[in-house]
Amino acid sequence: MLAQEFMRNALVAGTFVGAACGLIGYFLVLRAQVFASDALSHVAFTGALAAAAFGVDVRVGLLAATVAVGIGIGAIGERAHADDVTIGTVFAWILGLGVLFLAIFTTESSAGNGTAAVRVLFGSLLGLGRGDVELATAVSAVAIAGVVAIARPLLFASLDPLVAAARAVPVTLLGFLFLGLTGLVAAEATQAVGALLLLGLVAAPSAAAHELARGPYAGLALAAALAVGCVWAGLALSYEIARLPPSTAIVAVAAAVYVAAAAARRIRGARAFT
Amino acid sequence: MTTDAAVFQGLSWNLASDVRQLFAFHFMVNALVAGTAVAVLAGSIGWFMVLRRQTFAGHTLAVIAFPGAAGATLAGLPLLLGYFGACVAGAIALAGVAAEQGGGHSRESAATGTVQAVGLGLGFLFVQLYHGLLNGLQALLFGTFLGITDVQARTLVAVTAVTLVVLALAARPLFFASVDADVARAAGVPVRALSLGFLLLLGLSVAATSQITGALLVFALLVTPAATAHRLTSRPVAGLVLSVVLGLAVTWLGLALAYFSIYPVGFWVTSLAFGAYVLVRLPRR
Repeated sequence: MLAQEFMRNALVAGTFVGAACGLIGYFLVLRAQVFASDALSHVAFTGALAAAAFGVDVRVGLLAATVAVGIGIGAIGERAHADDVTIGTVFAWILGLGVLFLAIFTTESSAGNGTAAVRVLFGSLLGLGRGDVELATAVSAVAIAGVVAIARPLLFASLDPLVAAARAVPVTLLGFLFLGLTGLVAAEATQAVGALLLLGLVAAPSAAAHELARGPYAGLALAAALAVGCVWAGLALSYEIARLPPSTAIVAVAAAVYVAAAAARRIRGARAFT
Repeated sequence: MTTDAAVFQGLSWNLASDVRQLFAFHFMVNALVAGTAVAVLAGSIGWFMVLRRQTFAGHTLAVIAFPGAAGATLAGLPLLLGYFGACVAGAIALAGVAAEQGGGHSRESAATGTVQAVGLGLGFLFVQLYHGLLNGLQALLFGTFLGITDVQARTLVAVTAVTLVVLALAARPLFFASVDADVARAAGVPVRALSLGFLLLLGLSVAATSQITGALLVFALLVTPAATAHRLTSRPVAGLVLSVVLGLAVTWLGLALAYFSIYPVGFWVTSLAFGAYVLVRLPRR
């Protein structure tokens, strides 16, 4: 399996993207903001289509759109913590814009015909080139470093924003930073592995980690480890079963891990952290 | 109906003739009928969805319609069955997840995200297995507002009527359970059954709507007019009426604008709805 170059590329990119998604996901679940990552992955879609429609590099469009909207969502909410309804409203409009750009794009280039849209939605982990892998690794490394650097105050601000604010923790600034990092990860993950995989890697392994881990740092480490494990297992699975797309395999493994973790906690009867 | 003689004339200064022109083509009449039904349906059920803070669940159900349609195409079943089957299954899964978690918003959001990811994963698998679908995929995701058949329009009106009746019957206990679940439970209101019932109703309306508007744009009509109405008034009846009226206005204007311009319906509808939301939001800050 490792003899194939495309598999090596997929493993390297998947490992870094997975670790970044796991870390971001742990905080997203803790802050009940999984919806924000869902919205941002669709923003990436609009951004990519806009870039395609105007003939700009797709990566630039993706990155600019997700980070800008991530911070924008923070600006609408109180203490950079927007609620679901606000996110939903903004996100519905962004989807409408996506339709507009899709229409412009498809009328201008007859070859487009929605295939670009499909690629953005579902990614192509097995079709990554050398340059894509390097970019994915670099962006993910930045995101991982960012999350680790603000982990301690962000944890405090997420669990008890009022007390954290009273202890002079910059709660609002942390919220913005976090949403910016989420945008960064969403952009990179969408481009490398698709919007579909982003949601699977952000929600399921972190939710499993929340069920299993006793402490927050153990939970963070576990979330990242589980996400990476899911990527490896899913890639191996899709390599064995030719017709199974890697995105579907990885999401299936992640969902299975989550169900198993929820069942394990129930049998143990113990209340985990949070 | 003088369908054969109808010719596209473009926008003129005569408002009456512009409106007459909108009704000249049969496909536009179907689109307006379906759009009206969708707006009433989404406006009323969306108001409860926003009240119950289940926006993420609503979007997940909307997305789940896509694997349903893809799966039905793959299996050679009617599309309608795929839409309804997937949305009902998704509603049951989401209700099960919510009951299992026993409160705790963060766990619910994670579980909802997982359900959505699994749904999308299945959808992608179906698309991969059925190569011919790829051309129709754009229609599945973004809808075919201007290609609605008579049967579709009639189904939609029927679903809207049924949903409205059920919603009207359950409105009082549902409102109680949504505003304060604990007190409602103490007063003997079946909160869990209502929660499942509401998700099923939401799933049905999303399934009916997403055939027309596409899986991605249902959400705009569900959330935006309702969110605007909630900003303007907290009185339930006034809010519901306002939400429906806003939905109708946005849909009709959006269809008319799309008819006279080269830009798609989805863009106009979402932009108008979002514009209204921003307008009511600005002075309150």
